[in-house]
Amino acid sequence: MAKIVVDVMLKPEILDPQGNAVASALPRLGFSFAKSVRQGKRFEIEVEGEPTAAQLAEVEKAAEVLLSNPVIENFVVRVEK
Amino acid sequence: MRVGVITFPGTLDDRDAARAVVAGGSEAVSLWHADADLKSVDAVILPGGFSYGDYLRCGAISRFAPVMQLVIEAAGKGMPVLGICNGFQVLCESHLLPGALTRNSDLHFLCRDQEIEIVNNTTPWTTSYNRRKDCYPAKER
Repeated sequence: MAKIVVDVMLKPEILDPQGNAVASALPRLGFSFAKSVRQGKRFEIEVEGEPTAAQLAEVEKAAEVLLSNPVIENFVVRVEK
Repeated sequence: MRVGVITFPGTLDDRDAARAVVAGGSEAVSLWHADADLKSVDAVILPGGFSYGDYLRCGAISRFAPVMQLVIEAAGKGMPVLGICNGFQVLCESHLLPGALTRNSDLHFLCRDQEIEIVNNTTPWTTSYNRRKDCYPAKER
């Protein structure tokens, strides 16, 4: 069984108040590593066997139509072993 | 005039919208999200609430409800459509309206009286406005 992963992130030019809130909470807890934080969504889709090119094309389409809003978000589709 | 009010699972303000339609002198027609028929309405209101639990993105799942395919088609032919609150989000997700809604930049929940300016009283929804300003209670996050 393979897993197709879709990562959805706000476009770089779109303000991310949730990411900013996380970024400002980190130093309060003593974590000083973050220059900035962006928050996104991750979808894990299980398929039988190895994903075919046709399946991946379908997932790309679903990501564009439903999983992301192309007005404000970008997405990346990849296969995870 | 017959004005449809759509109820999605999670819609809260459909009864308010239907009352407003009747108060405005029209007939309110209840439409269910799974309907495959607009019941010959002349216009449609998408009321507020939390359709489909706001899952994925607000309005993102409602946009694909069977009744919405008919609304999108009819809107393209000129049928007036009004989206209030969550209904407005559904219209954005449907790409009937441009843009998208995001969280308030300071992450604060706002609940206050909001003054509005009526800049156009010739739309089907604003013809009875004869004053320039109005005020309504707004809540948003």
